[in-house]
Amino acid sequence: MSAPTNSPLVEFREVSFSHTGASAAVISHLTFSVQQGETLVLLGESGCGKTTTLKLINCLLLPTSGQVMVENRSTTEWDPIRLRRRTGYVIQEGGLFPHFTVERNVGLVPALERWDDTRIKKRVNELLSLVGLEPNEFADRYPGELSGGQRQRVGVARALAAEPPLLLLDEPFGALDPLTRASLQRQFAELTRRLNKTAVFVTHDVREALLLGSRIGLMHEGHLLLLETPENFLKSKNERALAYIETLALGPTSLAPAEGGA
Amino acid sequence: MSFLQFLQQNWPELLTHLREHLQLVLISTGVAVLIGIPTGILLTRKKSLRGPVLGVANVMQTIPSLALFGFLIPLPFIGGIGARTAIVALVLYSLLPIIRNTVTGILGVDPNVREAAVAMGMNGRQVLWQVELPLAMSVIVTGVRVAMVIAIGVATIAAAVGANGLGVYIFRGLRQYDNNLLLAGAVPAALMALTADFGLGLLESHFSLGRRRKAGATSSRKTIAVVAAAIVAAGLVIGIYGWRSSRSQASRAPSARVVVGSKDFTESALLGEIVAQMLEARGVAVERKFELGGNLPHDALLAGRIDLYPEYTGTAYTAILKHPPITDPRTVYSQVKNEYAEKFNLAVSEPLGFDNTFAILVRGADARRLKLKTISDAVPQARNWRAGFGQDFMSRADGYPGFVKAYGLKFAEQPREMDLSLTYIALASGQVDLIAGNSTEGRIAALDLFQLEDDRHYFPPYEAVYLVRRESLARLPTLDEVLAKLAHAISTEEMRQLNYEVDANKGGQAEVVREWIKKKGFEQ
Repeated sequence: MSAPTNSPLVEFREVSFSHTGASAAVISHLTFSVQQGETLVLLGESGCGKTTTLKLINCLLLPTSGQVMVENRSTTEWDPIRLRRRTGYVIQEGGLFPHFTVERNVGLVPALERWDDTRIKKRVNELLSLVGLEPNEFADRYPGELSGGQRQRVGVARALAAEPPLLLLDEPFGALDPLTRASLQRQFAELTRRLNKTAVFVTHDVREALLLGSRIGLMHEGHLLLLETPENFLKSKNERALAYIETLALGPTSLAPAEGGA
Repeated sequence: MSFLQFLQQNWPELLTHLREHLQLVLISTGVAVLIGIPTGILLTRKKSLRGPVLGVANVMQTIPSLALFGFLIPLPFIGGIGARTAIVALVLYSLLPIIRNTVTGILGVDPNVREAAVAMGMNGRQVLWQVELPLAMSVIVTGVRVAMVIAIGVATIAAAVGANGLGVYIFRGLRQYDNNLLLAGAVPAALMALTADFGLGLLESHFSLGRRRKAGATSSRKTIAVVAAAIVAAGLVIGIYGWRSSRSQASRAPSARVVVGSKDFTESALLGEIVAQMLEARGVAVERKFELGGNLPHDALLAGRIDLYPEYTGTAYTAILKHPPITDPRTVYSQVKNEYAEKFNLAVSEPLGFDNTFAILVRGADARRLKLKTISDAVPQARNWRAGFGQDFMSRADGYPGFVKAYGLKFAEQPREMDLSLTYIALASGQVDLIAGNSTEGRIAALDLFQLEDDRHYFPPYEAVYLVRRESLARLPTLDEVLAKLAHAISTEEMRQLNYEVDANKGGQAEVVREWIKKKGFEQ
């Protein structure tokens, strides 16, 4: 829970989005900001619009109305390529390229940014060590030769590679078994604190949200119901928040099944 | 002669045809790849084009290959006779599998992977080259593999439009009923197809992801790149070489060159060869476009792609000029001469001296046993007989329908339609009892066949002549001189003997003609 600095890194101003031709809005009138150094968790069930919100930040989608500001600049004014290279993106199963080795996957954005080979190599080794993968053992492997947890670590390392100011994570740990997930969550929390990274993290798992978030945004049917620190989230009287909190009381581990990404 | 002996004696020619075949296949597959893969990529971007373009490519592939070659002959630039037409047809056949597999391969790339690529900040070209194409490559190579195997098969038919290749042996083998020739065409073509299938299969498995999981793939990827580059380079080198040599041939002596055509049977090829050798003996460069099927020589002559070819007055009179058949030779000849000059601006040479009319043939044994002399004698027997006719005889105005009407003939069953050269064997071996052959066919005596006399004078005259472009005569006095020498110079018996030497004794066409020219004293 690092202290927010003065200017927000990401800011949503009355943002609505609907698919072309579709009348129903996927998200409507979303307004919030993400401060430097914080991890904002968007919590909600499948189809609530949290993945869409994420894609609006790195220009994979453009708002139907309203503005998404990144570093005080509207995404419609950003060169999408530049914006995406300044934004680390992690999706379920990592979205790794099956025909690239771990080394090439992690070094992808630096290579696109035309870093020289030795610098890329050094950075890849550094990152693999950072996410707990021995470079000598894993650098030459293909994604098909890794376990789910290892692929996810590679996905995180790839997102961090070009030292982007912002990380976007779309249920990165969703498809993992509970033990691996818990271990990766702890490491990720530690990592973002140490690197002082700004992150927007999407999940349907309230335990994950409470563990990782500086603030938690609760989404439902395209609306942001509530945006609170974990402490205040637990005290909330909002009925959907209460429904999530109740699941915590039922057992030590999350009951939310590891379902597919939104 | 065993097949191996045949190969020993003919291997230089076999290698030439093999090279021609390979050249046809590599160039056409190369062009199809260059057109098909970008088209396939475009179709993944423009969904609305996908249906129409794949539909057209699909229809292309359903056109029977011989018909497609036929459609291409009269077209400017891409048509004509020779390798160019064959390559166009082969490209049209190869496009569908390549386009379809490119589309399937790219659309089959995991959408999460594609989205990740975009989200990493790749631009459209980088997504295509670094993600979509590598992941689709094994499927695309499968398409190329299918296309190439199809092309190797279809290229054998290209011999019918004068594109050479291994099909030359197959057509010649069918005509001469020679298994060695058939095998010499079919076996190398089959081996080539198997090799291409195996080689591209290896390339394909190198590109597949299952293989990629094995460690040390970086070095093997380099090997693949080298192999792929080598294939492309070989295709280009052969293509450029072929193009260059055809260009240089064309530019060496454009005005003194004569293109001699012929139909796709021995006699026509022999008559073509006779003119060709006589011209060559007089220092004129000759290009041979022999073995053109159906009415292709006529179209090629009109289009100026050949300068002359041997024809029969009866064929010109009925099949080309569409007159009902008549029986007086003089009338037919003069009318053909006048109408060809008027309608087509083509010249007709003096008759060569023999008549190749339809000969109604039965087995000699039957003729002796039943005391048959004329077609009328055979009418009562015919209801117990089966007949076999060439496609040509079945379809022409002076052929089957008028023939059975003129004589009141009825056969035991519907006549079998088959390749003309096979009918002689079918008759001799008792599979049919009556055929319509050619009066100059060399095997008539050898197979003990008997020609029934056309006592009702149904069949029109078929005097052999050369049809020539007037420009070619004006350009080359030598041509005129050679044709004058050949006027009334070949008797029916001589022609039958020449045919026999090639068809039954399996003599080399060129060799047989050389001997004959020497005997006649036509070298100069």
